Amino acid sequence: MAGKEWRQARWEEPLVNEYQGRRGGYTIPHGWEDEELARIVGEPWDRLGGLSRGEAPQLPGLSEIELVRHYTRLAHMSYGVDNGPVPLGSCTMKYNPRVSEELASDPRVALLHPLQDEDTVQGLLEILWRLERWLAEITGMDRCSLQPPAGAAGELTGALMIRKYHLDRGEERDEMLVPDSAHGTNPASAAMAGFRVVKIPSNSRGTVDLEALRAALSERTAGIMLTNPNTLGLFEDEILEIARLVHDAGGLLYYDGANLNGIMGIVRPGDMGFDIVHLNVHKTFASPHGGGGPGAGVVCAKGALVDYLPRPLIERRGDRFYWDYSCERCIGRIRAFYGNIAPLLKAYVYIASLSGVGLREAALQATVNTNYFIALMRGVEGYELPYDPERPRKHEVVYSAKPLHRETGVTAGDVAKALLDRGLHAPTIYFPLIVDEALMIEFTDSETPENIEAYAEALREIAEQARRSPEEVKKAPRNTSVARVDEVYANHPRTVTPSYRVHALRAKGLLR
Amino acid sequence: MEPWGYLSRWVPGVTRRKEMLERIGVSDVMELYSDVPRELILPEPPRVGYGRPLSEEEVRRVLDEVLSRNTVYRAPPPFTGGGWCPHHVPAAVRYIVERGEFLTAYTPYQAEINQGLLQALFEYQSLIADLTELEVVNASMYDGSTATAEAALMAMRVTRRRKVVVSGGLHPEYLEVLRTWLQGKGAEIRVADIDVESGVTSTEALSSLVDGNTAAVIVSSPNFYGVFEDVEAAADTAHKHGALLVQVFEPLSLGLVKPPGRLGADIAVAEGQPLGLGLNYGGPGLGVFAVRWDRRLLRQLPGRLIGMTRDAEGRRAFTMILQAREQHIRREKATSNITTNEALMAIAAAAYLSFLGGEGLRELARSIWLRSHYAARRLSEEGVEAPIFSGEFFKEFTARFPAPYRRVHEELKRRGIMGGLALERYGMDPRLALFCVTELHSKRDIDSLASAVAEALKITERGG
Repeated sequence: MAGKEWRQARWEEPLVNEYQGRRGGYTIPHGWEDEELARIVGEPWDRLGGLSRGEAPQLPGLSEIELVRHYTRLAHMSYGVDNGPVPLGSCTMKYNPRVSEELASDPRVALLHPLQDEDTVQGLLEILWRLERWLAEITGMDRCSLQPPAGAAGELTGALMIRKYHLDRGEERDEMLVPDSAHGTNPASAAMAGFRVVKIPSNSRGTVDLEALRAALSERTAGIMLTNPNTLGLFEDEILEIARLVHDAGGLLYYDGANLNGIMGIVRPGDMGFDIVHLNVHKTFASPHGGGGPGAGVVCAKGALVDYLPRPLIERRGDRFYWDYSCERCIGRIRAFYGNIAPLLKAYVYIASLSGVGLREAALQATVNTNYFIALMRGVEGYELPYDPERPRKHEVVYSAKPLHRETGVTAGDVAKALLDRGLHAPTIYFPLIVDEALMIEFTDSETPENIEAYAEALREIAEQARRSPEEVKKAPRNTSVARVDEVYANHPRTVTPSYRVHALRAKGLLR
Repeated sequence: MEPWGYLSRWVPGVTRRKEMLERIGVSDVMELYSDVPRELILPEPPRVGYGRPLSEEEVRRVLDEVLSRNTVYRAPPPFTGGGWCPHHVPAAVRYIVERGEFLTAYTPYQAEINQGLLQALFEYQSLIADLTELEVVNASMYDGSTATAEAALMAMRVTRRRKVVVSGGLHPEYLEVLRTWLQGKGAEIRVADIDVESGVTSTEALSSLVDGNTAAVIVSSPNFYGVFEDVEAAADTAHKHGALLVQVFEPLSLGLVKPPGRLGADIAVAEGQPLGLGLNYGGPGLGVFAVRWDRRLLRQLPGRLIGMTRDAEGRRAFTMILQAREQHIRREKATSNITTNEALMAIAAAAYLSFLGGEGLRELARSIWLRSHYAARRLSEEGVEAPIFSGEFFKEFTARFPAPYRRVHEELKRRGIMGGLALERYGMDPRLALFCVTELHSKRDIDSLASAVAEALKITERGG
């Protein structure tokens, strides 16, 4: 349990590169046959000539026990949802059900080759076909592509679809509107698709400024990328007017699904007027984040935009399921094969387990958890709730540690490190950019009320400590595997070390 | 509300919802949605799932019933090529990536509490750097195809040029992905044909396409057909015109052949699936992305990068570095939009490589080389032209059958064998098939493939 006595393991674990062995514990599956085979077909090095590398690669080899111990120690020095609360805003760090893990690793999925015949994978194709229907129903869209491997890849997909849609209509629309509160991926994806990004400011209520939107719309507008609820956790209550304005100007609406968790099963992006939607399966549908991935970024489309989805799409004829490669207007292919199947299967298990009513209840609880936390934070000094504090938040809430900073010099970053010392993962900090000293907190439906209470209490204690002795807070963390990391050293041109090879070459003076 | 616990297992707060709402100061949960236009609120929950919640045991039964309609090829494993092959996944590697501390962690934005995860990713970068002999490796891209597209985009930024020359030996789906990803950037993509005799990119075709507007030359070695290319010659051509050389490589082959860093590659990308990821019907994969030490390249590198540093007390520590390239800082000026990547697969790959060691990798690559060559020999003994190209190959090879391959393939399937990949799929000669033979195929598996092919050929000749 998290608390003042919490301590993280502090192993002095060597890098694998520092292990001495050169032959690890891997057993070649039918290796005993190799000498006989070599007598029949000869040795590779006799045939490869100048291609041959000569000696074996310089890689460390660990026995099985060394390998497992190495990673067990590294695991002790890591922290995920299984360890405690990870209320990173906009990341939707839900519990990852064990049954989903079990079923996604079933050999009847895990051992399937992507190019084996369709008549040998009918069961999996049926699952994918059904999953697509479910996701279309949840978003209020017509069809979905399961191909994009992550949310950002979904955004690129959507931006390319918007681009091609306008080109096919003979219109040169090269501007993508993005609110100033948007996730960084939105402008980055729009730029990758070749758009000029036009920033739309938020109004004093924290939502899209309609006047600024009207002023920005023109015959150059390709569309707008929005997340709703936005990154402040506020529902864009003028969404129907936004949709009307953008559509009247000839633009399209793209929905960033990263923030769906508080409204899933209650409100649908399709009904709000969005034309394209991406879903973060690894957020909303509880597949794990894996320390950074893999995820899955399903993209759904409505009406005329369906033709632009990447191919292949999954189809059904009678009781047969198959991939349809026909592509008249489609943007092409966003990755090889069909998508990140394992996370998709976990989403299937999650949706099948909860059904519509359960998804809705989960979304409601996510919102209850956010607002319960806000209620607990009332009267806690040092933090303020910017933008319309009386309005309920949905999946997440953003506090500002500006008052604390002004009073004590302790920053949002310091607060984050002090939370770590109590065994609580920090929130997303310094985002969205429109909030100073931002602490962006999302408990999701998974977190227990007891941990939400502990989190509010920890923030209160940290503020008190900051007033008492700010330098103590600035020394945090102390209970984690290492103390505060030296970011300057990490990034300085003379010391930056992106691999052990760089470290070794620099030590020998061989690095230019 | 839920008599059998379907909800409270994953949503524990429901048991205290009433009390929480009181504290919030509302009497009904829907009051928290009072700002949502009423016409948008769904009158009832969406119709998804199986009409009602399912218990763990029920969902297991449902999946069991559907999945029983799949056919798993375990003995022998599929012989299907196409840049994705069956490989042994050691139990220890699987166990490591199932550990909850890695599995359920987020991107390690808070370095101090995730040193283990950061070290594991730094080790991945370091192992790939030593394998490729290129110094800088990012913490992963999505897969081989998108890593190739990102390499092209990076080369365009570095050189400020728009032309990309691609070898005809590149995987056809990678080429499709490249065309998709580059369509917003006004890129000109030209394909250099391969020589039908050797199976390698024609030097003349390549030289005639590369010029002063070329940002990148992309060569896959081994290529889609399994054949090693002359990467050094392609690199010379590229560098003569100021273009970057991008090599798409196969990670296990580096146990035998010279690494991209010794062949003049500026960027090397790969599908990391062979490194302990398993098949999983094509995903997740692992986009390996390595570049040589050059500040001009480092500045334009896409994706996340982990660096070694120290903590406030002088201990060795790890953290995400050079983040000013990334979308959450640089927004529309970022080097890529990528954020979620394939970190867990990178850890699998690192564990896999460490479990092999350099010597083990060499032995494994030799085993794969021997088995694929033995299979080609056995097929040619049965009247199949295998391989059809004279260039040296690894793991995958292209075979030409006397009759359309699909008919042979159906006969193999009737005998419990998932055969090669019919290249008709990519618009090629219907008699061609791409086979993949790895360490998972025993000599007996290969012999049974050969005898099944012999029988199938007899039947297809007879049946016409």
